[in-house]
Amino acid sequence: MGTDPEAVDGEPPVVATAGPEETEALGAALARELEPGAVVLLSGDVGSGKTTFVRGAVRALGHDGRVTSPTFTLVNRYEGGRVAVSHLDLYRLGDAGLDGEDPSLLTDELTGERIVFVEWPPAADVEHLGPIAARVVLSHAGGDRREIEVIRG
Amino acid sequence: MSGVILAIETSCDDTCAAVVDHEGRILSNVISSQSIHDRYGGVVPEIAARHHLELVDVAVEDALAQADVGLEDVSLVGVTQGPGLVGALLIGLSEAKAIAAARDLPLAPVDHLQGHVAANFLAPDPFEPPFVCLIASGGHTLIAHVTGRDAFRVLGSTLDDAAGEAFDKGARMLGLGYPGGPALQRLAEGGDPDAHRFPTADGVAGLDFSFAGVKTALLYALRDRPDSDRADLAASYQHAIVEQLAVRTERALRETGLERLAVGGGVAANGPLRARLTGIGVETHIPPHALCTDNAAMIASAARYATPLLPAAYLGLDAYASGERGL
Repeated sequence: MGTDPEAVDGEPPVVATAGPEETEALGAALARELEPGAVVLLSGDVGSGKTTFVRGAVRALGHDGRVTSPTFTLVNRYEGGRVAVSHLDLYRLGDAGLDGEDPSLLTDELTGERIVFVEWPPAADVEHLGPIAARVVLSHAGGDRREIEVIRG
Repeated sequence: MSGVILAIETSCDDTCAAVVDHEGRILSNVISSQSIHDRYGGVVPEIAARHHLELVDVAVEDALAQADVGLEDVSLVGVTQGPGLVGALLIGLSEAKAIAAARDLPLAPVDHLQGHVAANFLAPDPFEPPFVCLIASGGHTLIAHVTGRDAFRVLGSTLDDAAGEAFDKGARMLGLGYPGGPALQRLAEGGDPDAHRFPTADGVAGLDFSFAGVKTALLYALRDRPDSDRADLAASYQHAIVEQLAVRTERALRETGLERLAVGGGVAANGPLRARLTGIGVETHIPPHALCTDNAAMIASAARYATPLLPAAYLGLDAYASGERGL
């Protein structure tokens, strides 16, 4: 993992990861700062490591077992660790996102007692998902390498 | 046993209800798709609870009417308890509890994946355990050793994406829209499956699957070689997914010593996968497409072999989410 030499104080650094293990480690590091109710938004192209990042975070929060893509199910839940986690994926909602929608099937996840990760978040009106603790932006850098920016607050 | 089984399945996008008799004969199998078409032309899941609520009553009424039976003929209610989207599952579970409790009927909570396995036990062509069962859909990819009509053991499952998800995301990358598994298969028909060597997760040991690599490989091919023939890309991509599924299936058959294979999930509709699996040379059972995708007849089939609960035991029953019990 290397820190972007261009980063200056106060600017969110871009971290380069060499493979999925390092992407998971970044997720784990962020998870240790999160409190129940925190919402983390993840954006980046297909295959850029969003679920891998969340896998590291979920493991760090005390959950064993598989952490797989929630694209089809919309939500995967992890109970019984240090904090309960909901892993949302809004990819299938398409470009419309939550725009004008009544997302009542998802409100069970946004109770304030869980830590929530949201892949493919809507472009606007994310406030009603809860307090945004961090935005994670991932991009391909060739092969297994990724560039990941974690913007807190 | 007299009477019929009424089953409800609402684990994801669709609202399903079915009536099956105690010999496994399907009397009705109703599927109401929740998906709506968004203004960009894609198919989008409905996330407003009110739509699911409206449809579940209609689906149950239609299932009873098509089976030409009334609630008084129902002797057992089956329902999907999980895994799935909790908000959607609870709508089906509440409906099932209400119908069963009002008539003092037993209720059988069913695991969705047990349902996919039990699709193989339906008449007129039941397939008897033991067998290896490959389940590949948009939300699940796993391989199981089915030991009896009420039991299976997971031998391997996906570490990241499901096979159906890989098909659908590949289709979108190729400009075929989402979901686009069937469109990808059509495009692939004119292509060379050996034109590109996409990864088949050979580094993943045992019987687990991984489809994240092939997805990224397609993205890189489109970006780095933009002049590549799209049909070749589709054919090579499909070939990599099919090979990964088939190689694990062959391995599971070898490891269990079984020579019987069943297939379930929406990906079972893929032509090259069907050809590759039937070419393995063991006795292979693939239920009709409507019983491979999510449906309630398979839940009724599983309910036949489940231990039913009495009202005192099921009124407080809760749903369980995807991920909550490991799958």
